[in-house]
Amino acid sequence: MKKQIVVIGGGPGGMAAALAAAQETECEVVILEREPQLGGILNQCIHDGFGLHRFGKMLSGPEYAYRYEKMIQKTGIRAFTNTMVTDIMADKTVTAVNRDGVQYFHPDALILATGCRERTRGAIAIPGTRPAGVFTAGVVQKLMNLHNIRVGSRVVILGSGDIGLIMARRLTYEGAEVLAVVELEKEPGGLQRNISQCLYDFGIPLYTRHTITEIRGKKRVSSVVMAQVDETGEVMEETKQEIACDTLVLSVGLIPENELAQKAGVSLDRRTNGALTDQYLQTSVPGIFACGNAKAVLDLADYVSQEGELAGKNAARLASGLPMEPTPGVSKNPMAKGLPAENALTCILCPNSCQICWSGDKIIGNQCPRGRAFAMQEQNRPMRSLTIALLGEDGTLIPARTSAPIPKDRIMEAVQLCKRTKISGPYHIGDVLIENLLGLGTDLVAAAESAAR
Amino acid sequence: MRNDYDVIIIGAGAVGCAIARELSRFRLKIAVLEKECDVAAGTSGRNSAVVHAGFNNKPGSLMAQLCVEGSQGFEQLSEQLGIPYQKTGKYLIAFDQEDVEILEALIRQGEANGVRGLRMVDADTLHASVPHVGGIAAMYSPETAIINPFLYTIALAENAAENGVSFFFRHKVYSIVHQGDGYRVSAGDQSFHSWYVVNSAGLYSGKVAEMVGVSGYRIYPCRGEYFILDKAASELMPVPVYPAPKKGIGGLGVHLTPTTKGNLLIGPSAEYIEDPEDYASTAQIMDKLFAEAKQLLPALERRQIIGSYCGIRSKLAPPDEGGFHDFVICEKPEGMIHLIGIESPGLTASIPIAGRVARMLEGHEALLPNPRFQPAHPRRVKFCELSPDEQQKLIKLDPEYGEVVCRCEQVTKREIRDAIENPLGCRSISGIKYRCGATMGRCQGGYCLTRIAEILIQEYHMKPEEITLRGMGSPIFEGFLREDSQ
Repeated sequence: MKKQIVVIGGGPGGMAAALAAAQETECEVVILEREPQLGGILNQCIHDGFGLHRFGKMLSGPEYAYRYEKMIQKTGIRAFTNTMVTDIMADKTVTAVNRDGVQYFHPDALILATGCRERTRGAIAIPGTRPAGVFTAGVVQKLMNLHNIRVGSRVVILGSGDIGLIMARRLTYEGAEVLAVVELEKEPGGLQRNISQCLYDFGIPLYTRHTITEIRGKKRVSSVVMAQVDETGEVMEETKQEIACDTLVLSVGLIPENELAQKAGVSLDRRTNGALTDQYLQTSVPGIFACGNAKAVLDLADYVSQEGELAGKNAARLASGLPMEPTPGVSKNPMAKGLPAENALTCILCPNSCQICWSGDKIIGNQCPRGRAFAMQEQNRPMRSLTIALLGEDGTLIPARTSAPIPKDRIMEAVQLCKRTKISGPYHIGDVLIENLLGLGTDLVAAAESAAR
Repeated sequence: MRNDYDVIIIGAGAVGCAIARELSRFRLKIAVLEKECDVAAGTSGRNSAVVHAGFNNKPGSLMAQLCVEGSQGFEQLSEQLGIPYQKTGKYLIAFDQEDVEILEALIRQGEANGVRGLRMVDADTLHASVPHVGGIAAMYSPETAIINPFLYTIALAENAAENGVSFFFRHKVYSIVHQGDGYRVSAGDQSFHSWYVVNSAGLYSGKVAEMVGVSGYRIYPCRGEYFILDKAASELMPVPVYPAPKKGIGGLGVHLTPTTKGNLLIGPSAEYIEDPEDYASTAQIMDKLFAEAKQLLPALERRQIIGSYCGIRSKLAPPDEGGFHDFVICEKPEGMIHLIGIESPGLTASIPIAGRVARMLEGHEALLPNPRFQPAHPRRVKFCELSPDEQQKLIKLDPEYGEVVCRCEQVTKREIRDAIENPLGCRSISGIKYRCGATMGRCQGGYCLTRIAEILIQEYHMKPEEITLRGMGSPIFEGFLREDSQ
């Protein structure tokens, strides 16, 4: 009988793990996914920046997910979607429910690719009232990009993680006013690239060493109180100021999702709440592996997939009685975080976020020739890619992107055109939705598959 | 006339709903007027969710009598109403000899009130049951229980509604005029007439009394802040644990209480405030709460916190009078019954209070039994608490039981739908949350809010801007992002 590998979670980690397991040995691989389709959080990430490491291309989240889905379709991997795992046990018995009933699996190896969840207002205990209008950034992203729902008009963002920065730009595109991005630490949490292209491009103020000390408003948020914190993290009372707003978006950290792991008795890292693993990505429970954000929150989906592959490979080897291979660890490029340097240009072409300067007539600070070209272009006429969503049939949204960067000063004009455009019929990745956008010689193309949505 | 009633009850808290349910045993036309969009919107939904045994109150007081009566009947009542009830017992911890003496006096007081089974236990017995707390000895109260105050109030109201009571939400009472033998009550945009009016307006009971010229009952709102901890923390503390009471703090002291859902509560503080609806948490009290709770349970960690809330006690005594005053149950003028200062143990005492109100009405006229009265209320399905075989059966019956919408609390789509289609017609996100538990878990709606919104939009044809957190004025969304202009 074929050995069975069960992967819990069909996001960038789980899909890569399943593929690697199926390729490593002759085993039966099953993915259990609670969403209606594979892809996990990638499906709501309509911005680009995915896939540079895995595919050498800048992809949107749905495009990245679709590449894996296509590879999975070519294998015998069985994916159960709309299926929620409710329990796992130390003997690797998995209980899941879906519309067909309660399902049991008894795999030879089990891979936890359950991802992470967002820290909430409750978890960080922000004082004040509890009105409508307080969201985590990922929820706002899902509401806007997958559910076609607008959350607010005057927005303050607490925390400067990448999702928060991406949502600052996304909200701005949609006509909301982002009044402040407030960061407790001295340095922002997201990539310099995102500080530059999501905040600086739109003049959104960033307040580091500040926090929100109170939420006000009985029914809906009416304001928040922002204050500076000193070196020890204490609020400086005299700096308190009230910002009138209707929405507070929190981007205050991600926590590995490990409730299932705990049910099976998997040891967790008390500091990160991620599953502890050995050099084979095996947890403290033999035969249960963990990868991606369920193990420790990683910066890029590419890294999550890379780790998923390693976990999948070893799970298959263990199930088949082959020696496992120690992982070299996920290869991470040092990514530039923190505030972009003053007097320098942040290259936004990849997460490296090179800080480029002119030294006389020489360009320095770039790690590759593309950085040089970017800097030249930036001096001449800054160009930006646009990632947005268009109205499709039945009120669904179609993720879309420009086929090449367009002039930065035409971006908002292009956004307005996109808001007015409705698309009918099915679409494929790369289908032209708006030809020759604003006469700029660039098309707006679909960045997801309609069938997958 | 349509708006003519025999009895109008003002306020749909636990007490108002208990009265509605108890009076529905009789052939009476009853209406409940509530200013918020759901039941249990005030103090009833914001407390420690404890059924008190009745040792905290002065012998001979209404509080003592009604609390003991309520406590002793609660288990059977919960069975009837189909709501969770766990007789956990409770420990009051003594940290020094003075505390021991206070607790011994408390046992004597409790026994005078008729509370059963109170006893002192030594440190070893205490630590065998709750190993993580400190203390040199403790008082044990075996009769103390925990309930879900939302489900309790909702079950009372739904049962009342099933027995013929009408509920009017978003109907704030702004005037009551004595007219002939009855009363004309103006609420919301409507006018009602009733022979009897019951003032169970909680924090506003003093103001409602003033509407009929009854003065002298000023309510001093006293806020209590709470933290809600992750279910993982309740393993540390399966039983409510209180410190030995200290004089003059206007409450029972910061305590730790497990909930019927398996979370752990820290709180409440006690702070007199002006605005009876100022439910804001404050930084100072939050820090203080946690520090005090950590004294009781040193293993607590701040990262176990998943949420916070505030409740407000409707106190009749200001702090300079020690904060304690008995319940006031009186009739002034004839036919207008006031329930004022119903703070803790009002939840426990709610059914006995309702019994008192019924007897006061019987003093006026013979009440005929309602032949259609049905005391039992169906228990809500909790899919996650069922065995796999039972789950399998339910999914066969309705595949929506196989769609888990809230992952933390494992609430299925069918349970969400049952919560949406509740008999009182309360459709806010909070209303759904209190009925089925969705959004109450550790991710606080991060996973399920979008799914619930989608169900409301796709299947109940609501517009995004119509979805509210707690009714009018609390929209969660602004509208669709893109709309078909054609």
